[in-house]
Amino acid sequence: MSPRFIYEEELDKLSESLELMCAQVEHYYDRLFEASENQDEETIKKIIKNDSVINDMERDIESKCLMLITKQQPLAGDLRLVSSALKVVTDLEREGDHVADMAELLLRLHMTDLSRYSIHLPQMIIDTKNMLHESVDAFINRNCDAAKKVIMEDEIIDTFFNKVKDDLISHIRSNSHDVDECVDVLMLAKYLEKMGDHAVNIGDWTIFRETGNLQDKRLL
Amino acid sequence: MKYFDTGKSEKMNENKMLIKDLDLYYGDNQALKKISMHLKKNAITAFIGPSGCGKSTFLKTLNRMNDLIKGVRIEGNVFLDDKDIYGEDIDTTLLRKKVGMVFQQPNPFPMSVYDNVAYGPRIHGIKNKEKLDEIVEKSLCDAAIWDEVKDRLKKSALSFSGGQQQRLCIARTLAVEPDVLLMDEPTSALDPISTLKIEDLMENLKKKYTVAIVTHNMQQATRISDFTAFFLLGELIEFGTTDDIFTKPQNKKTEDYITGRFG
Repeated sequence: MSPRFIYEEELDKLSESLELMCAQVEHYYDRLFEASENQDEETIKKIIKNDSVINDMERDIESKCLMLITKQQPLAGDLRLVSSALKVVTDLEREGDHVADMAELLLRLHMTDLSRYSIHLPQMIIDTKNMLHESVDAFINRNCDAAKKVIMEDEIIDTFFNKVKDDLISHIRSNSHDVDECVDVLMLAKYLEKMGDHAVNIGDWTIFRETGNLQDKRLL
Repeated sequence: MKYFDTGKSEKMNENKMLIKDLDLYYGDNQALKKISMHLKKNAITAFIGPSGCGKSTFLKTLNRMNDLIKGVRIEGNVFLDDKDIYGEDIDTTLLRKKVGMVFQQPNPFPMSVYDNVAYGPRIHGIKNKEKLDEIVEKSLCDAAIWDEVKDRLKKSALSFSGGQQQRLCIARTLAVEPDVLLMDEPTSALDPISTLKIEDLMENLKKKYTVAIVTHNMQQATRISDFTAFFLLGELIEFGTTDDIFTKPQNKKTEDYITGRFG
């Protein structure tokens, strides 16, 4: 049995906090589109307000990492966990921001049916959600193969974004009265596309955590 | 035990010492098992491992200090340049001049700073005062203690602090112009500032010498060494660049040890 009980405990707490933050971001994402479908304005407002919960989680994890480095001087695999945690929380926090940003856009759009603007958007929302889930799952389960799959999937989301953009251009050309709404929908699609990019980053840090390599370059 | 690939060329001209299949027995008890590794020229190699793993014993085989212990039997080869130091025609006094040693506890002789440093050169026949003055100043400069003692060369070495005494001992070792410096936990009895001074000094020493250090301090090994060898129960478990050993060791036992999960 390891003689470093406190150290082991602190590493476990760090992993638990990361899992919790991953779950929280996913939870807000799911609730947002569910609430939009149910015209549940109150829930969407709560999601905007609760962005600070994600921010607080980020600060807490950063603090845990910095204290571990200061007090325990982690090495090898432990150092890769701590340093990847420091990077992943930034992506998770940005994903939380994008959920809040999309919540504001959905309120402005009066939670309208987004397929009215682009038939591709509902599937893009599902695929982005899957990518988000798969990326955090890969990180938590230290699964490099799953992380590689997430990285490959980014192209799908990018393609969706271009399709949505084309749909919106056609929509504007045929219905010039709702240009404002179209711009909001385009921004929403852009946030989804950005969330895909953050999922890719989490995939990259998952591989780093196991190998010390980031995009095939040895970092640690 | 396979010969470890450190990713660097194993040519002897890049290595100062080469150890092949070294076994060491204390009576019936085998303390070192088939150790094969090398000390690269002008590099610092750290030996790490839990107490009793054989790292200090191994260090002492590199200048035959274990010869002085009754019941010790050694098999295998230790080459200094291309000469086997366990060969028949080896003068151990000359060997220990070439492969000097610094110990855990500073151990200056109870005499003046000057006489401590001049002791070795005098033993080796240097009598000329000017030449001795030159050696003493140069050795004390190389050991980064000249400025602190230059006005007190006649004072007893024992009147200085532990950190100063240890640098004085390093100067005493350097005075006989060794090729290799062996250091057995040279900072474990020192305060943090003295420790950092010795660590800085080592970085400079490796420009002229080949250095091997036994340390229990992982951070010290990562800060100062170029290569690290991890010993456990008399075996060399892993040997590689310090960057690799402390970031991505190949052997789980190494990772468990450096992360403090046993030892």
